[in-house]
This record gives sequence, structure tokens and C-alpha cells, in this order.
Amino acid sequence: MSDFTLRATNVHKTFAGPKGTSVAAVNDMSLEIASGEFVALGGPSGCGKSTILLIAGGLLRPDQGEVEIMGTRPYEIDAARRASIRAKHIGFVFQQFHLVPYLDALDNVLAPTLARALPGAEDKAKALLEKFGLTDRRHHVPSSLSVGEQQRVALARALLLEPQLLLADEPTGNLDPENADSILDHLAGFAKEGGTVLMVTHDKRAAGRASRSIRMEKGSIAESVS
Amino acid sequence: MNLRRLIGREILHRKLSFGLAVATIATSVAGLVAVVALLGAHDLRTSKMLTRMNEETSAMEAKFTKEMKAYEDDVRKTMKGLGFNIFIFPEGQELSEVYAEGFASKTMPESYAATLAESNIVTVNHLLPSLTRKLKWPERERTVILIGIRGEVPIAHRDPKKPLIDPVRKGRIVLGHELHRSLDLKEGNATVFMGREFIVDKCHPERGTKDDITVWMHLGECQELLGEEGRINAIKALECNCATIDRLGEIRREIAGILPGTKVIETESKALARAEARNKAKKHSQSSIASKKAEAIKLQADRTQLRFEDKEKYTALLTVVILGAMAWVSFLSFANSRDRQAEIGILRAMGISTGSILGALMGRAFLVGLFGAGLTLLFAFLLSETLKATLHEFDLRSLRGDIPLVLLSVPVLSCAASWLPALQAANRDPATILRNE
Repeated sequence: MSDFTLRATNVHKTFAGPKGTSVAAVNDMSLEIASGEFVALGGPSGCGKSTILLIAGGLLRPDQGEVEIMGTRPYEIDAARRASIRAKHIGFVFQQFHLVPYLDALDNVLAPTLARALPGAEDKAKALLEKFGLTDRRHHVPSSLSVGEQQRVALARALLLEPQLLLADEPTGNLDPENADSILDHLAGFAKEGGTVLMVTHDKRAAGRASRSIRMEKGSIAESVS
Repeated sequence: MNLRRLIGREILHRKLSFGLAVATIATSVAGLVAVVALLGAHDLRTSKMLTRMNEETSAMEAKFTKEMKAYEDDVRKTMKGLGFNIFIFPEGQELSEVYAEGFASKTMPESYAATLAESNIVTVNHLLPSLTRKLKWPERERTVILIGIRGEVPIAHRDPKKPLIDPVRKGRIVLGHELHRSLDLKEGNATVFMGREFIVDKCHPERGTKDDITVWMHLGECQELLGEEGRINAIKALECNCATIDRLGEIRREIAGILPGTKVIETESKALARAEARNKAKKHSQSSIASKKAEAIKLQADRTQLRFEDKEKYTALLTVVILGAMAWVSFLSFANSRDRQAEIGILRAMGISTGSILGALMGRAFLVGLFGAGLTLLFAFLLSETLKATLHEFDLRSLRGDIPLVLLSVPVLSCAASWLPALQAANRDPATILRNE
């Protein structure tokens, strides 16, 4: 077993641009994140932050380079097994929350069990909702929840299957400072309990809550501050 | 959480989209039910028409047969009186005397009739020996024609035929109209004739012929009264079978071979015209029946053709309806998948397999088909009683045997229509979705 939860080596990813051009979103980037680390990934828009997050999540195959998640190279196995690795080891949190609009908070939290069965899932989901202060909101659909509540539901969903790696893309981007702090507290708590967090953020204050802060420019790491 | 719950929640959330798809399926299933019902109604209606027509034809045939039988009987009896018949007179009888008097003065043995009957004669059917005399009824002072008859002599080599003339029983007499009217005699009255008492057996209606002054009695009694035991003066042969133009010549030749010297004359041939009329009537009736039968056969053929044409039309229409419905369901499924793009992206990101996503989308499509078909069938059955009159008594409930097939095939078709959009949605790259979202 690797010491690193996530290791990306010389990763390169290019997207097709207008008129046949190509845009290098990630350019020969290497990154290693150990268990218990809370890493913030910052940088200007279009610097490749979200792209590296998707690559790290086994969702976007890099053009070049190697990626290893919990000792497994996701892009060297088939899509079904890659999906299984995501279900087993990775949790996602997005700026837009991406909650399923017709499921209430509890069912949204339980949605990952569609991928992987978890004994006592409902009790665990209820416990997570309680932990995030959403007990009385668990039967509300996303449209009747505040943005802060929605993000907490999304975070609870990401944590239900007890992943080793939590990938968060601008998790506080739509939140007021109070709700943002709450989410950051939970992310930090998750890392403190041994989990690994890779968070993309523009917010310097959010980045300040991480144990390591990486600044990207033009698809590469410009600065890494612990 | 499971797929059933996910599908159920999604349907409840997007009621309009689901309802539209269900309505589409329901419409096409209604089209299917309508086609089956219309064809069933057509079958029922034409079947009733055919049954009625067959019944009419059978009734017409039965009526015709009965009428023809009665008519034939009538004609046979008429022929006896009118003549497509012959008389056989004794040897040496002057025919001029017969024509003048109406009967022969000479006699011949009664056994001639038996001889004729026991021969292989083929040209005559009914043999009636008789003894006729014109005389004065002494007790009544009336000139009468006395005819002794004994009924028909059965022809040995033929099957017995229905007798044309009823014999007069012994001790009975039958009177012509003028006699019973003027003598005030009625059936059952007793009267004395030539010293012997007889009971009036029958009184004939007026015929305007010599029959009106005729007394019929049993041949044996007549012979006794006239002192002519075992003698007759004529044998009447009825319903001659000759098909040739020279029928009389043929009959004469045959009888001469059996009873040499006897004289044969043919009575008037008005019956021929009657027989022709009968044949024409028979032909006309047969032609009517044949025409009715042909009409029934044509109706049957028209029915088959019409059903075939109707089925083709309906099938074409139904195909358009089903294809249209499938296209619309496909479009709705595509729209649904688009609406759920972000959801599908995040579910895929969470590690939910393409198969599960496809299962959720196809499960919804299956339910669309099931609800659409089920609702239509439910309404069809609920309205079956009301629609019966419109459908010529065709009962929609008679389709209940097809329910399992419809409830299975329609959801399968709905799934088929949704397959491509669902497959496309389930296979969409989650990274692309999430980046674009």
C-alpha cells in the first residue's frame, strides 16, 4: 500500500480549443497528497484546478502521466472498476452541490448506496445529518433547503461511504462566511480524522484552513506552501 | 436507497413529463384497442348479417320445398282431371262412342289392371280401374253417371306412390254437387241407390262438369249393382312418364305389348302447360334461393375482403400511431435525460455504474408503458358497457385474455423507444457534464 492517498506524476491534459487549437489545462503536473492532509488548490480561473480535481477523481483520463489513488492506477483499469474505486475511496463536493432535486436530504445522503451497499446506511446517514445540524431538514428536498444546508447535505453524501479521499471543488463558493466556515470545519475535521482532502478554491481564507496550499498557474504548480 | 425508490421519487417530482409520456402511450394503446374493437365489431356485425341471411335462405328453401310439394300434389291431382293421362279401353270399343258418351260401352276383365301392374311397364304411374255407366237413379228419378272405383292398383316393380284418388269404401257413396244439392243430401246421410242403402261419404263442390251428376261407389258394389262382376270398362293411367314428344305412341306401344287389342287415348294436354308453369315456378324459386345463397356467399367474400381492407387500413393507421407514439416517447425520454444531466453526472461520479443509471431510466420507461397500457385497458373495461351499442354489441371485456400480452409488450415498446436516449445519457462522460455544469 502506498503512503500517499493520491499521487499524480507528470500529468498532462489538453482540451480542444476553438478553430482546431488546443489548450493545455494541466501541463506536466506532479502532485502527492498523503493521508490526513488537507490540501487547497488555488490559482486564477482556467489554470487547471478543476481539471486536476477531475483527473484525481478518476473521472478524466489525462493525456499523459500517471495517477494513483490508494495504490491503484484508475486509468489502467476498465470503467466499471474505476467507478468502483470512486464509490469505495472517493467523495465529491461541488460548488453547485449537485444534489438530486427530487430526493429529500436523507435520500440524497443515501444516494451513494446505489453504487455500493452499506450496512446500516440509513442510520449512518441520519447521524451525518445530525452532525451537520440537518436532522429537522432531512425530509426536505433541495429546493426547500438553504444553500448552506444544501452544501452540508452534499458533504454528508460525500462522507457516507467513508472515503479516504475527499475532492471538493469550490465548496464554499456559493456560501456566506458562516456557512463556509462550517463546511471548512467539517473538511478539516475529516482530514484530522485521517482522511485526505483536495479542495479547489479561490478563497484565500478557505485556503488558509488547509494544511497545504498549492497555487497553480497555466496548468502547473507555481507555489506550494505548507 | 435503491433504484425503485429513485425511479418513484423522480416520477413524483416530474409528474408532467411522466404524465405526458403515459398519455402518449395511453393514446396509442387506445388506438390499438379501438382497432381490435372495430374489427371485432365488424366481425360481429357481418356474422349476424350472414346468420340472418342463412336463416332467410333456409326458411325460403323450406318454404319453397313445402310449397313445391303442395304445388306438385296439386298439379298431379289437376293432371288427373285435366289430362296428362291416358285411358285404356276394352278391345273393340268404338272411340267415337267414348267421345260421345264419355265412357265405354264394352267391358274388359278387371284383372287387366293387375296384369298391367304386374308387368314392367314404365310409362305410367297410377292405375285406376273403373266401371262407368249412365243410368237412372231409380229411387230418385234422376239420370246419373255411376262410377265404380277401387282405388289404385299398385305397380309391382315400383315403390308405392302416394295415391291420387281416395277409394270409396264399401257401403259409401260420393255425390257430385248437383246431386247432393238438389236431393238435399249431406255427408253422413243414408240413401238408397238401386235398392241398396249407402251412406253419403263425401259431397263434392261444384265443378261445372259431368262430375256434378256423378255417383262414385266401390267398384265391387258397382259391378254387383250392374251385374258386371269382375268387369271394368276403363283403366285410367295417371302421371305418364313419357319424356318424348310422341308420348302417346310410346305408351300405346308399351300397353299393346301387355294388353293386346286394348285402345289407348290421351286426355287433354292442358296439364302440360300447367306442368311447364310448375317447372317455371320451380326454376324461379330455385333461382331465388340460388340468388339468395349467392348473395350470402358474396357477403361472406365481401366480408372477408372488407375485413382485410379494414385491417390493412387500421394496421397502417396503427403503425403510424405507434411509431408516432414511440417517437414522442423517445423525445420525452431524451428531454428527461437532458433535464437529469447533472444528476446523472454526479451519480456517475459517485461510482454508480452505467448499468444502474440505464436501469433507472429504463425502469421509468417501463412504468410509462405499464401505466399507459393499464390506464387505457382500465378505461376500456369501465366503458365497455357504454360502448357496446356503438360497437354492435362487441364487448371490450372479451379482450381480457390479451391483457398480459399488452401489459408486457407495451412497456417493452416504451423501453425500446427510450433505449437510445437512455443509453446516450448513461454513457455521457461525467467529467464533461460536471465541467459544463
